[in-house]
Amino acid sequence: MHKILEESGYSADKKLKIVGTNPVKHDGPDKVTGRAKFGADLIVPGMLFGKILRSPHPHAVLKSIDTSRAKAMPGVKAVVTGADFPEIEQGTGWGDMTRNIMAREKVYYEGHPIAAVAATSETIAKKALKLIEVEYEVLLHVIDLLEATRPDAPILHDYLRTNGVEGAEDKQTNVVQRFDLSMGDVEKGFAAADFIVEREFDSKPMHQGYIEPQGCVASCSEDGQIDLWCTTQGTHVFRDRLSEILKTDSAKIRVTQSEMGGGFGGKTSFYAEPVAIVLSQKARRPVKIVLTRNEVFRATGPVAGSRSRIKMGATKDGKITAAEAELSFQTGAFSGSGFTNAAQAMFTRYALENIKTVSQEVVSNRPKVNAFRAPCVPQVVFGVEGIISELACKIGMDPIDFRLKNAAAKGYTTLYGVTFERIGFVETLEAAKNSDHYTSPVPEGQGRGVSSGFWFNRGGDTTGSLTITPDGSVTILLGTSDVAGSRISISMMAAEELGIPLDKVRAVFADTSSIGNNRVTAGSRTTFSVGIVIVDSARKAITEMVRRAAEIWGVPEEEVVFEDGYFRPASSNVGDFDPLSIADIASRTSISHGAISGHSEMNVTGEGPGFGLHIADVAVDKETGRVDVKRYTVVEDAGKAIHPLQVEGQFQGGAVQGIGWALNEEYVYGEDGFLQNPNFLDYRMPVASDVPMIDTVIVEVANPNHPYGLRGVGEVPVVPALGAVGNAIGDAIGIRPQSLPMSPPKLLELIDSID
Amino acid sequence: MSKKIHVTTTVNGDEYEFLCEPNQTLVNVLRNELELTGTKEGCSTGDCGACSVTLDGALVCSCLVLACEANGKSIETIEGMADGEQLTPLQRVFLELNGLQCGICTPGILIAAKALLERNPDPTETEVRFWLAGNLCRCTGYDKIIRSVLAAAEEMRGHQNA
Repeated sequence: MHKILEESGYSADKKLKIVGTNPVKHDGPDKVTGRAKFGADLIVPGMLFGKILRSPHPHAVLKSIDTSRAKAMPGVKAVVTGADFPEIEQGTGWGDMTRNIMAREKVYYEGHPIAAVAATSETIAKKALKLIEVEYEVLLHVIDLLEATRPDAPILHDYLRTNGVEGAEDKQTNVVQRFDLSMGDVEKGFAAADFIVEREFDSKPMHQGYIEPQGCVASCSEDGQIDLWCTTQGTHVFRDRLSEILKTDSAKIRVTQSEMGGGFGGKTSFYAEPVAIVLSQKARRPVKIVLTRNEVFRATGPVAGSRSRIKMGATKDGKITAAEAELSFQTGAFSGSGFTNAAQAMFTRYALENIKTVSQEVVSNRPKVNAFRAPCVPQVVFGVEGIISELACKIGMDPIDFRLKNAAAKGYTTLYGVTFERIGFVETLEAAKNSDHYTSPVPEGQGRGVSSGFWFNRGGDTTGSLTITPDGSVTILLGTSDVAGSRISISMMAAEELGIPLDKVRAVFADTSSIGNNRVTAGSRTTFSVGIVIVDSARKAITEMVRRAAEIWGVPEEEVVFEDGYFRPASSNVGDFDPLSIADIASRTSISHGAISGHSEMNVTGEGPGFGLHIADVAVDKETGRVDVKRYTVVEDAGKAIHPLQVEGQFQGGAVQGIGWALNEEYVYGEDGFLQNPNFLDYRMPVASDVPMIDTVIVEVANPNHPYGLRGVGEVPVVPALGAVGNAIGDAIGIRPQSLPMSPPKLLELIDSID
Repeated sequence: MSKKIHVTTTVNGDEYEFLCEPNQTLVNVLRNELELTGTKEGCSTGDCGACSVTLDGALVCSCLVLACEANGKSIETIEGMADGEQLTPLQRVFLELNGLQCGICTPGILIAAKALLERNPDPTETEVRFWLAGNLCRCTGYDKIIRSVLAAAEEMRGHQNA
């Protein structure tokens, strides 16, 4: 951590004027009037329209592609295929990435890009796609996770060998990697248990479901410069990956972000962007590509499906003695699910000593998965929290008391080797237990479930810049993305530091050429990390202004103090000087030492882990299997809510995404290997009439490593939701579902199995 | 290529003329020909409501309307909602109560909510939820959207009674 923060970090006694209030966000007015520009909203003179040809087979060898007829069509300005991208070896990370963007040797899923056209109109581009002739050698495909691991399964990548398994070097497989992570002695732990529960669970891939399809405009010049406008969770990460797969210097690539219409992890990777660039390089004109919803479902995003076997044991007085898990994740056609998160996070929040986990990642003929809030964690916590509640029931303990008895606290060393500093899991559980929801009786005919969840939260490379303008107002440059309001939260922290009204501060995005590197906006890292960097920037600017106040008064710097937005003599002994405002000092830049700004770049550490507990009341229609969520409460530790309404919004949005995942959302495939529901009618996300108000309880156990105590709140809100709904359904019907989504046909089957 | 159709229409009170292909959707023309990009296209199948506009007062998904159908009709989009420099109570309350996060669904939700309140100035929570069931939002979980509509309705009723 940067020295300036170590010296003057979090203080519980600090009186706050702006942090903790709910001002209107500065990007708000543009969003309620239609002015805000999202990915698809940029219109550039001379712009062409790009369209992508996609594979009609889930698995096939690409024998030949003939684009000559498409190229000859009037209005077509460029046609590209895999051959137009730099060659990168198969089986490497970059090789996978470029092949997912545009197929080379084989197509691996229905919807896999094969070629693309840029034309003077969308209509012409679409027609030209039909003129591209592709010869395939169709191969057997495999969609199901379990089937993909069988010895006779169709093999996607003939070069693939399971990483992490001895003796696997000469065996073709669809298992990418095995990951073992254990602590203590589970044999001993289970031997000490009075109750042991072991269950199998499964989940299907679902989609992040952002309402804004990916949209971009690329413009390339003859000397190799690339200008890219796009919706993204990480401009610098896009730039640096483009540099690798297009073999271009990063300095020649400028990525500018639009407003982002939802990402949730799904916009941490690019899809059409490199295609638009290569089309523009050929056509020498700007090229716009906007994906359709059908393309978004078939070829971007989905979230890893999973299978798990989980076993836990506890003593009759409520102490968990051991936990064991075997996990398998569906990563789509290429590796990259982030599945190692699961073993690390699934039990973390309970102070367990004996844990054994074995995880694997498996390829199949589906689109490559992408991140989604707490990647790979909610779908296995669904199982863990089912078993926890089942154990509590067997022991005869209240489910929250059982969780409290096993709750991790400061000093606990996790399975992944980190020792917790001050965390708020106990406080979260206590707040849940005392909540109005939990203390109210379960209404007649309904079931109640609780479930907890954890996410590490993240820090990482972060750069920001703050400028004091000559009139004393302040501009902030950010290189991260704003998923739901980080600009206002960061502006609030800056205003608090500088002691000026929030209205005097404005934060904007810089493109990749205008600011230093920033890691992707993901993992609940942005408001935390950028907050630190901008507070540091503000403090550097204050230090400079102290120097200038001292010079104006002709006194040593140590004799100037800064408080409440004014520079004052440290005592009356220093001299009789009127306080100077930031504006007073800023107005003299041209007659003193020039402009005043602060900037900061850090690999931010000190993120405070996040914990939550959800309470769900549901009614289950036993004739149709439909689940009605009647009441729902999210309790979560935010460390410090900078903007409480936005924190509540994160809690509520995460919970409803989790409810959708729990009850409806799944990728449905036919025998033919085609996705059967690539639209919002058949892929049913929750609508307003599906859910109740989502009550929230913000717990604030300060993160000691942040100047305002905050912990990220982006991921945790979805983690417990599947388990809470599952446990509530179990309470309502008498048997706890183990398969996601808990859709009507599956619930009817379960209900029938009881009768 | 099929012959283009000449269309005369009113958008937010202003007269517009454009040429469109027979199969071109209204959202496509609004965004790409008239450059009114406040109306968003989220699905093109009438399921997400991001492209909601009113056509002669009727709430429609502009992805399900052909541009040529707008001939002689009056269209209202998000760009025409504010009254000069003044945001409407609906727009303002959405800002104050944080009824939006990323903002991509917001234009469609505001257009739909306005249409609701014109028909029913005093809706119940359930009525708001069912009216907005055609407008997907993935960020908010709907809670603050519903609260914003109810609060705006209350404020607007107050104005009428005053």
